[in-house]
Amino acid sequence: MPLKGIITVDENLCKACELCVEACPQHVIALDMDIITPRGFHPAHLAEDGCTGCGICALVCPEAAITVYREKKTA
Amino acid sequence: MTRELWEGNQAFAEAAVRAGLKAFFGYPITPQTEALEYMSSRMPELGRVFLQAESELGAINMVYGAACAGVRVMTSTSSPGTSLMMEGLSYIAGTEVPMVLVDVVRGGPGLGNIAPSQGDYNQMVHGGGHGDYHPIVLAPASVQETVDTVYGIFDIVEKYNTIGVVMIDGTIGQMMEAVEMPPMMDLRKDYPDWAVTGGFGKDRKVLTSIYLDPLDMEKANYRLMKTWQEIERNEVRFKEYFMDDAKIAVIGFGSAGRVALSSVRVARAKGLPVGLMRPVSLSPFPYKAIRQIAEQVDSILVVEMNSGMMLEDVLKEAKGRTNVEFYGRMGGVMPFPDEITSEINRILKSKTDSDVHPRDSWLERMASIVQ
Amino acid sequence: MATLDIKDMEIVYQRPDSLIDINTHYCPGCTHGIAHRLVAEVLDEMNLSDKTIGVAPVGCSVFAYNYFNFDFVEASHGRAPAMATGIKRVRPDRVVFTYQGDGDMVSIGTGEIVAAAGRGENITVIFINNANFGMTGGQMAPTTLPGMKTSSSPNGRDVEQMGYPIRASELLASQDGASYIVRRSLHDPKNIRMAKKAIRLAFETQLRGLGFSMVELLSTCPTNWHLTPPKASKWLEEKMIPYYPLNDYKVHPSIIELKV
Repeated sequence: MPLKGIITVDENLCKACELCVEACPQHVIALDMDIITPRGFHPAHLAEDGCTGCGICALVCPEAAITVYREKKTA
Repeated sequence: MTRELWEGNQAFAEAAVRAGLKAFFGYPITPQTEALEYMSSRMPELGRVFLQAESELGAINMVYGAACAGVRVMTSTSSPGTSLMMEGLSYIAGTEVPMVLVDVVRGGPGLGNIAPSQGDYNQMVHGGGHGDYHPIVLAPASVQETVDTVYGIFDIVEKYNTIGVVMIDGTIGQMMEAVEMPPMMDLRKDYPDWAVTGGFGKDRKVLTSIYLDPLDMEKANYRLMKTWQEIERNEVRFKEYFMDDAKIAVIGFGSAGRVALSSVRVARAKGLPVGLMRPVSLSPFPYKAIRQIAEQVDSILVVEMNSGMMLEDVLKEAKGRTNVEFYGRMGGVMPFPDEITSEINRILKSKTDSDVHPRDSWLERMASIVQ
Repeated sequence: MATLDIKDMEIVYQRPDSLIDINTHYCPGCTHGIAHRLVAEVLDEMNLSDKTIGVAPVGCSVFAYNYFNFDFVEASHGRAPAMATGIKRVRPDRVVFTYQGDGDMVSIGTGEIVAAAGRGENITVIFINNANFGMTGGQMAPTTLPGMKTSSSPNGRDVEQMGYPIRASELLASQDGASYIVRRSLHDPKNIRMAKKAIRLAFETQLRGLGFSMVELLSTCPTNWHLTPPKASKWLEEKMIPYYPLNDYKVHPSIIELKV
């Protein structure tokens, strides 16, 4: 069972390039069409359950806008 | 103190070494190559930095980097190389870091030749790269004066965070004269607080010449101009010989001024009221002194090894106040004292029509010489 | 299902300290951002940021000095290697790197970069190759591919008239002074990881005084290629890599053995 993860996306930095959307192996990232950032972008966000905290989204993000968290391993 | 025979190029190199020069970056170009070659052994001997760059473009940008790192650094070149360095000089000026350039001027334009000239006056004194700034330009007339000027210019450029150019001609670079070398200064051990030395966060420094917002650029330009005003107040230099009761003033800088001095001495020996004013700072230009001379004398004879570049700066203060004449040799030709003596005698007998620009009347007289 | 609370979780990735918390002017999806991030991460991990002086070029990354949290200077177009040389020669104990685009390094700057590599200058060069002059609006660059349309080759680069692209890594690796010359790409996660390793090894080369190091990073330019960022990454993979193979072109023996 993969560990669960969460990402937070800094809306001041995200430019909605969608590289994270494409790269996410779990396909759980999408642009949030309900929000427009002060810079005029729909920021990326975790749209569904299933994030494993793999960090691939942060790896491809040109803005270093993504912080990735993962459950601590127990035992 | 002992006086030794030194060749001009090697002498100014040694003078810079004694002024605590930390780094020299240069490129071979006649007639200053001896300076590069001298530095190539002298600097490593003292554990300092020497590098022959891939071109003058490389050299001036290496100087730019080292200047940003806060060390005493210089380069030397000749006219075509100076042209190549213009972009770098402008960047250095815009970044407001100090550096020194020695320009050993040769015949031009273009590849020209390797003979001595003063044809870089406009490009250095009224230029030095694009944008609103002025370099300090000093023009010594002997090997000793070059040594003293180079030795002292590092303190000056560091005081104002600006560019200092010592402009000599190929003659001074190549000739040997007796020189008393100044004492060896220690290398500075610390760095100015604006220098890039490695720093993080609020301790970091950024050195750039970019001001994208025009209003910010204007503030920077204003600051450069205020500094320039201070330089104008403090750094004007010139020498006068036999001027107290002179009725004809010969004005010339560098080797032209030195040759003219011989003619002036000959004239004085004959009892003629002739004097010499030799600007040493071309930028800032001694406008006030020129005006005083113009108010005193009946005629000014400007002598240069170019087509009349300093002439225009003299005319700014002298036109309308006195008769202004010009004598020049171009292309790397050096004038002889007897040529200037002939000019002095000619002026004593008759003056040029004040409606005719002195350059034009000179070109008329030159026709018989060049053809 | 228990709600996840980030307070109880471990941080897998966060923004490196050496990147200033500021919005960049780079286009959405531009891999300059990835390159900046990787350099910042590497310098953080190596604890070098307060000893580093960066040299910014002229190009899209002309304002790189606004984004890195350490000392920076601004060079004129193409001259960054000369400026870096001036700094490194007088401050050999500092880490000095240039960050240059393909127009800056391979067009106007060929003299300076070849000379620096030839001299074995102990500097590190981060070379961003996106096959065009980005900042000025997408003109043809020495790295533009044959047939590639740009704003100054509107009918596609015609090799008869405009010649062939220059492969900088191959060119510079042929110099004895070059000690670490590799080409990597930023188009997908696996290659980004390999790029980061390469950047690390390049700085290790400098720290060991082994000579000139350069990492060429094949990069996208979504705006001037007229492609979305994900499509631009695909285009890079399909079109650029065949012309610019990803490889190690020169690796100093001491670096081969290094485990980082």
